[in-house]
Amino acid sequence: MSGLDNWNWSFDGWIVLAGALCAVASSLVGNFLVLRRMSLLGDAISHAVLPGLAAAFLISGARESVPMFLGAAAVGVFTALATEWIRGYGKVDEGAAMGVVFTGLFALGLVMIVQAADRVDLDPGCVLYGAIELTPLDTVAVGSWQVPRVVVVLSVVSLVNLFVVVVFFKELKISSFDPALAKTLGINASIMHYLLMTLVAVTAVASFESVGNILVVAMFVVPAATAHLCTDRLSVMIAISAIVGAASAVLGHIGAMVVPQWIGYRSTSTAGMMAVAAGLLFAMTVFLAPRYGVLMKLVRRGRLSLSILAEDVLALFFRDEERHPQGVVRDSAAVRQMLLSGGLSTRAALLVLRRRGDLTLGSHGYSLTDQGRRRAQALVRSHRLWEQYLVESGGLEGSHLHENAERLEHFTDDQLRQRLAAETTGTTVDPHGTPIPPELPQKGAQ
Amino acid sequence: MSKCRPLGRSALVLASLLVALSGSVAASAAQPSGRGTITDRTVAWPTWPQWRRVVLLEDYNTRLVLAGTTLLGCAAGTVGSFTLLRKRSLMGDALSHATLPGIGIAFVATTLAGGNGKSLAVLLAGATISGIVGLLAILFIRNATRVKEDAALGIVLSVFFGAGVAVLGVAQQMETGHAAGLEAFIYGKTASMVPLDAQLIGAAGLIVAIVCLLLFKELRLLCFDETFGASRGYPVVALDIVLMGLVVTVTIIGLQAVGLILMIALLVVPACAARFWTERMSVMTIASAAIGALSALLGAGLSALAPNLPSGAMIVLVATCVFLVSMFFAPARGLVARAVRRRTLESKVLRQHLLRAIYERLDTMGNAPTRDESRESAAVAVGELLSMRSWSRRQLEKQIRQCERQGLLRTEESVTLRLTPMGCREAAGTTHRHRLWELFLIRYADVAPAQVDRDADAIEHVLDAPMVAELELLLRQQDAGRAVVASPHALDRPAGPAHG
Repeated sequence: MSGLDNWNWSFDGWIVLAGALCAVASSLVGNFLVLRRMSLLGDAISHAVLPGLAAAFLISGARESVPMFLGAAAVGVFTALATEWIRGYGKVDEGAAMGVVFTGLFALGLVMIVQAADRVDLDPGCVLYGAIELTPLDTVAVGSWQVPRVVVVLSVVSLVNLFVVVVFFKELKISSFDPALAKTLGINASIMHYLLMTLVAVTAVASFESVGNILVVAMFVVPAATAHLCTDRLSVMIAISAIVGAASAVLGHIGAMVVPQWIGYRSTSTAGMMAVAAGLLFAMTVFLAPRYGVLMKLVRRGRLSLSILAEDVLALFFRDEERHPQGVVRDSAAVRQMLLSGGLSTRAALLVLRRRGDLTLGSHGYSLTDQGRRRAQALVRSHRLWEQYLVESGGLEGSHLHENAERLEHFTDDQLRQRLAAETTGTTVDPHGTPIPPELPQKGAQ
Repeated sequence: MSKCRPLGRSALVLASLLVALSGSVAASAAQPSGRGTITDRTVAWPTWPQWRRVVLLEDYNTRLVLAGTTLLGCAAGTVGSFTLLRKRSLMGDALSHATLPGIGIAFVATTLAGGNGKSLAVLLAGATISGIVGLLAILFIRNATRVKEDAALGIVLSVFFGAGVAVLGVAQQMETGHAAGLEAFIYGKTASMVPLDAQLIGAAGLIVAIVCLLLFKELRLLCFDETFGASRGYPVVALDIVLMGLVVTVTIIGLQAVGLILMIALLVVPACAARFWTERMSVMTIASAAIGALSALLGAGLSALAPNLPSGAMIVLVATCVFLVSMFFAPARGLVARAVRRRTLESKVLRQHLLRAIYERLDTMGNAPTRDESRESAAVAVGELLSMRSWSRRQLEKQIRQCERQGLLRTEESVTLRLTPMGCREAAGTTHRHRLWELFLIRYADVAPAQVDRDADAIEHVLDAPMVAELELLLRQQDAGRAVVASPHALDRPAGPAHG
């Protein structure tokens, strides 16, 4: 790829690794945020920690990492607590409580920073929104290796998150899905809640201080939501979200280097592109997920309606033959006229039926084959048995019978039909006076 | 600072959020006060001329900023009251972030096409389109997938913002060099508002006011019972889109005037504060608009008085203070008012428990007072009351002291006590209500007489006069006159759980 000419493993490799670690650490706890419907807490915390940072500056008087981290983490936990408190005692909607807390704290932090700025060299942008592109420049020695500080910090955070999630997996799971059940099982749901909030605050602070806050907000929500579309199992969901997060880190950095070159510019923000990459993966999943994907749902619905239409066509031919025993031939237009169906779907249904050998196409149009007649007879039998059953056991009256039977006939298999025959009084005509066609012997018995 | 400058493009863009918000400091400091230097960040108590200048609105710029922010606070408060009740408070958060890529793309595309990328119309158009796309994305994710609304907001917020930062990363490299000014457009420049901004805000505010007034009933229905509205044939989806459209309008107009965080705060905080003051939607909407306007006015005014306080942050802080005051002290739903009401009820419950225990003691002794008693009751031994309910001697004695202070009873050497006429009347009334409810439960709810005492124990305190009259009518007890109904079960049972 031409855009990756100046890819340098010792530089870009570290950036991707930092991004991937941030993604993994965030998505580990993000799954629980998404399941608890608190997805925006990451966003709220990463804005609200500003007064914590400012207070740490004002107290320590220097730009030390440790006091900054502690101050920010403390305010992060406070944000979660205050949101919970305002929601509980003030009876305010959760989102609104979050909005009140984080905007208020952010404004407070802003005023504090403006006041502090003449005493310490402090740039709020630099503090709040560290740049992931700077990652490889700030290194610490691990053994004989020079490893970027960010990578070390995020590795530790990832391991802590992984440890907590593995050790308290059952507790977190139950208290996320059913706090009341958790309580009856003797699990303290509120301790789990605050443990999770602490992890979120620590992860948010550790991540945005090093790799930028867009990234951490995106990584809390997007990979987890993507994974949620793919599976119903929590453990699988966590694994998928971690993979999606890491993949979007790699794709994002490549995208940041390559995409701007298409219109003639140098690389752009890596963190922003990582968020975009995660968004694209999410969009893809929305459409293509095997079970919950929009496209898959459409395909399933389309196939169902096609098979229903095909059955309706068969039943139409069968009823024609009943009225005109010499045999009936209809073309596609005549079928459409009777069933009020669309042109394309009718043609598709006729094609399916011909392929299956239920219809043959003669010079004047379609007619039933023997196999098609057998199927149609079973279908019409189901229909009329249902009508009879609905009159006898359901107490329904004339005009509603046909509609209901028309719907039920498509979901009636041999077994259910036999049951229906047993439940009705053995009459040979349906409520409209039309004869119910007899049950055909099974194919194997012929 | 030096560490940040050479590389962090995203940091630079994001930093502008803060810089622009605090940048209003520099802008509003541009008045000819001549006090201090640009690095002087201290907040001094404003001098008399400064007070006069702000309070009497002598300054054109001050007038403009105050008018603009007040109008914006008013409009945002109005819309916010609907979004709060619709539980969509953070929609403004997501949508304001979602405008960023539109602004960036509009700038880049117009500049590449040779136009003026910084023209307000172009940027606003970009922001609007991008905001609407974000809105549709949220609605699509929420309606078409199993992802919940909060996650949909989070996804749109972060992904759109990330895209915006990436686009601005390109915009920073444009030859025109104007991109540096772009952040001011995005993140607000409260104190350097121009007349056009105020006009835009005024127009948006007018639109919001008219739409809210015309569609008030429909929007209220949407907030409280969407399904009912749909069943009555109201176009709820269209109404939802109208409401979201109002949020987008206010957000976009507000964003470029006052900035991101302030915009979110104005949409959320005044409505939350107003919610504590009333249970009526119309009153709440007006209160929310008023609180929004007031916070904006006070915040911007404070910032104009002490130029080193950033106006955006000051507006948020004032609004937050109003919220905190409302949360604690509002008479309708405030914490203090609710606590007082609960305490009043609790003390009433304890008092009536004691009085009824005394009454039942008197009743078994055969000299029960009537409900319009005018004499003091017979004496009851304190020791006998102890077995009537599950209370400790200390609780009982404390309650007796309390009732004595209220003039309901009189103790005699703290071993016996007598109800005063007032105490007699309340004790008789409480017992009457208790027994009416017991009778009702026995007759209409088929509860066994041995079980009714406990249920009636909770209800007796809250039955009001009309309810008592209705019960009397229902149970044909009106002929009893002012006497107390006879108890449907024996009174001299030993104390136990059924009596607790």
